[in-house]
Amino acid sequence: MAAAPLRIEKPSMGGFDPRRLRREFPIFTSHPDLVFLDSGASAQKPRSVIDGLAEFYRNDYANVHRGVYQLSARSTDRFEEAREKVRAFLNAADEREIVFVRGATEAINLVAQSWGPAHLQAGDEIVISDVEHHSNLVPWQMLRDRLGLRLIVAPTDATGEFDLAAFEALLTPRTRLVAVTHISNVTGALLPIERIVRLAHAKGAKVLVDGCQSVPRMPVDVQALGCDFLVFSGHKAYGPTGTGVLYGRYDALSAMPPWQTGGGMILHVGLDHTEFQEPPHRFEAGTPDIAGAVGLGQALDFIEGIGREAIAEHEQALTGYAVDRLSRIPDVQLVGGGQRRLSILSFNLDGVHPHDVGTVLDQHHVAVRVGHHCAQPLMDKLSLAGTVRVSLGVYNDEADIDRLAAAIEACREMFLR
Amino acid sequence: MSTETAMDLRELYQDIILDHGRHPRNFHALEHPTHLARGHNPLCGDRVTIYLAVEGDHIADVSFEGRGCAISTAAASLMTEVLKGKTVEEARALFAQFHARVTGGEAGEPPEALQDDIERLEPLTGVKAFPVRVKCATLPWHAFEAALKTGLAGETVRTE
Repeated sequence: MAAAPLRIEKPSMGGFDPRRLRREFPIFTSHPDLVFLDSGASAQKPRSVIDGLAEFYRNDYANVHRGVYQLSARSTDRFEEAREKVRAFLNAADEREIVFVRGATEAINLVAQSWGPAHLQAGDEIVISDVEHHSNLVPWQMLRDRLGLRLIVAPTDATGEFDLAAFEALLTPRTRLVAVTHISNVTGALLPIERIVRLAHAKGAKVLVDGCQSVPRMPVDVQALGCDFLVFSGHKAYGPTGTGVLYGRYDALSAMPPWQTGGGMILHVGLDHTEFQEPPHRFEAGTPDIAGAVGLGQALDFIEGIGREAIAEHEQALTGYAVDRLSRIPDVQLVGGGQRRLSILSFNLDGVHPHDVGTVLDQHHVAVRVGHHCAQPLMDKLSLAGTVRVSLGVYNDEADIDRLAAAIEACREMFLR
Repeated sequence: MSTETAMDLRELYQDIILDHGRHPRNFHALEHPTHLARGHNPLCGDRVTIYLAVEGDHIADVSFEGRGCAISTAAASLMTEVLKGKTVEEARALFAQFHARVTGGEAGEPPEALQDDIERLEPLTGVKAFPVRVKCATLPWHAFEAALKTGLAGETVRTE
């Protein structure tokens, strides 16, 4: 049976109902006891996305572009419709600014490997923050070594807040790119992107935003932010794995050479010369993840059906509840996330290794992430081996946080009695 | 907490594990080791350094340093206790037995002389039911094995 696209009525103020939303996620039918607090790593999938993938393969699937038969045209339409959905979701000016990739990691590598060598030379500077995920650090380290660049790290302060004054002082006429996350995947701290962009642009530097943690849970408008690039992973936004997006301002994308070459991205190929397509197809060599893009489009529909303001409001309130609840538990040390924190928090239980906490929580069916969260430089700065990280999704409510708190108490009972 | 949950967890975190996790034995560097190696689990950041003082064919002294979870700390602590005074050959046989017991593999009949030591390590076999934690229990042993192989070169073994 072809499933009709899910339509969730926009809830009225205060009408956000995580228990009802939870029923849209089959994983909670398979695991009724599951308290899933790891959406920051990857979100669970709503029925509309799961069924939508199958529906697409059943009814509309063929390879995209260049097919003269109707089915290929229909598949192409659905693929390009998904691109338009992403454009609208990010409020990009033009759908040619949306490149489909495998995930945020690939998007950042694309910019590093294509934009980097075309625009940077020895002595130029790239500024990142000290809370970056490895995916927004290692590609720049590689590029630094390859081109002889300087990689400058802007600090967060003792409370976990991005230090805007320190950042401003690090900008120089050689600053070419600022690559920062929108929300820390470890502390949940929200970085002041608009102000970072203004300062960076004043120096003539471009700005890349890692939107992995912000795009699924708050309104993100690339034109309002003013950034030149923004990346996110589809699977963290309730979409299929293997999907992701690079948003790039058209003038930036069109001044970038291809990074992977092959079919689908060329205009004309001769034996000794090739002309490439314009963006975005220039950056989409080979058969793309067609169904994945369609599924991502359905995931964005799902989010829009709830409303990003409503999601942000709900998750902010729940984050506050979790901070309050956990800070009342003796031996719990919360890692600072600054004044503005959304949906993510890290903590340690004094005297208990995060892996032991994770195992006990798991036995209570509370799924959290433990370890360094692909942010080892931040762990080193905080002198921590790792943390226990809680991250929220639309299906979480206060009862989940209460179950978490009870499981932490059981952990104290076991290790600290 | 359901009874089942409590039972499973107590299988993993038996009193002896919690005790060795909190108060590890032989937890210091050796002044004059003949062998040493480091173990690193990149997944959780656990690090352990194993020191050996081998005299002739037997292990005169063994100790460790590092930071890790309750399981890896207890595994290292218990390992140092059973290895002290063993011949190198016996130590290797113990590792084979231990490894089989925590991973559910086959190691054949253990030598009679090692029965007591195998029993001492028995509490760690609770990790069998927690596949993602098996590496915590085997990390110090892998470092020990690397130390035997490489002497004072200070090799680092990784569990990933």
